[in-house]
Amino acid sequence: MTLSGLEGPRAAGLVRHGGSVIVLGAVLTLWWFASHFGWVSKVFLPTPEAAVGSLLSGMSSTGGLGEDTWLTVQRMLIGWLIASLLGVGIGAVVGMSRRARVYVQPMLEFIRPLPASAVMPFAISAFGLNPSMVLFVVAFGAVWPVMLATAHGMASVEPQLKEVAAAMELGKPAFIWKIGLPNAAPDILAGMRLSLTVALIVSIVGEMLASQAGLGRAVLLAARSFQSSELFAGVVLIGAIGFASNLCLAAAERRLVRWKTI
Amino acid sequence: MRSVFGVLKGLVLPLVLLLLLELATRTVLVHSDTIVSPIVAMGTLFKMFRDGAIWRMTGFTLATSGLGLTLAAVLAVPSGIALGLSARAAAASFLTIEVLRPLPSIALAPLALIVFGFGLRMEVSIIAFACFWPILVLSQAAVRQVEPRLLEVGLALRFNAWDRAVKIILPSIVPRLFVALRLSVAIALVVAVTIEVAMNPNGMGYGLVSAQQTLDPASMMAWLIWIAVVGYLLNAMASALQRRIDRTVRVAP
Repeated sequence: MTLSGLEGPRAAGLVRHGGSVIVLGAVLTLWWFASHFGWVSKVFLPTPEAAVGSLLSGMSSTGGLGEDTWLTVQRMLIGWLIASLLGVGIGAVVGMSRRARVYVQPMLEFIRPLPASAVMPFAISAFGLNPSMVLFVVAFGAVWPVMLATAHGMASVEPQLKEVAAAMELGKPAFIWKIGLPNAAPDILAGMRLSLTVALIVSIVGEMLASQAGLGRAVLLAARSFQSSELFAGVVLIGAIGFASNLCLAAAERRLVRWKTI
Repeated sequence: MRSVFGVLKGLVLPLVLLLLLELATRTVLVHSDTIVSPIVAMGTLFKMFRDGAIWRMTGFTLATSGLGLTLAAVLAVPSGIALGLSARAAAASFLTIEVLRPLPSIALAPLALIVFGFGLRMEVSIIAFACFWPILVLSQAAVRQVEPRLLEVGLALRFNAWDRAVKIILPSIVPRLFVALRLSVAIALVVAVTIEVAMNPNGMGYGLVSAQQTLDPASMMAWLIWIAVVGYLLNAMASALQRRIDRTVRVAP
């Protein structure tokens, strides 16, 4: 009884995972057939071996894909950190005060749908084609999700907690630090997760547009010279960054806001 | 009355900022290559309206967004329904979906470029890729939340799979599909403008970039204002539509 109770779900999990591994394998096999039998032109679709070969040789050579990956990750993370600090700071102030919300929120709502890449031409014109310009746009694009999520989380603190804070005569900074921010933590983390995705996208667009070293430029150059295997290697690396960063933040979210569900 | 006041208060900050910008362009930033006075930018925008090219380029961006979104919905809604109905299919495709979904659509832009060349098709394909995943995930989640008793009714009436999908599931997930639509409209426009800024020489994004490249800050700012306005209106319309559908469906018996 206990045995089946323990083994049942685990076995089911294995079967489930096994199934999804098989499907992924089937997709990769389809890729192999499509490229080897010429269903799709090799100009667009390299063989899986060629893509893996480009990936491995690019990762091992100096100044190759490995370095590009590192540069893109760096850009994404620095921009994201700046955006998170600014977003939490401004969001906390806006969320704390009803009056600030009335004045500021409509403008934020108006700017929010604006694509971050639309700011890039301005940044190029103001700062020139350099890494700090890209960083500026990355931070600009990534700030909105955190800021709006923080403001929302701070605005929805329970009234009872506010009464507690009033009874304890907590000052504004103490209220923000001890009650507001912990209360908004789930919202903030969800916003930061979205921001990281935006930061990756804007980093890549910036590298393409301003020709800064990184995966964005690498895939664009590979496409321009019709090196489809290098292009696929770059796309795989970009996907891996997206996948890994999403996974890390999802794990952080589960750990940090565990108390919320209990 | 209060809401009128609210709107007015919301306008205070933007007006103050615009005023500061106007003052700055008259004092310190007189010969800037980046910033011009908002009044000049608005004047340029109206000149562009009369000129007409702006309508064609806006039309291109909106048409590609719409086509990409439609293509994504046509592919993603049936797949989402299938995955929502069959736990086995959902489990089997889980890994493939999770591997492809976090791939930023812009990373595929160079690939789309060599496959389709510049123009409508490369942009539509990338927008469709970007919108496919949220629609797939949301419609799958929507099907999971269909009232089980409705499905039992379907079984009792001996509906086949097609009838179940069309007569029971589709009507009950409509409100959630419109939530997906609202989200994807925003995504489609952002992706369209991004691709136009980065590579495709057409549409609003290209108007912006070419203004920058010809060192024409007045039309650059006019384009930015226009893109912001179009984005805001499109989002507002999608939200209004979604709320309306939500209300209609709830009120209906």
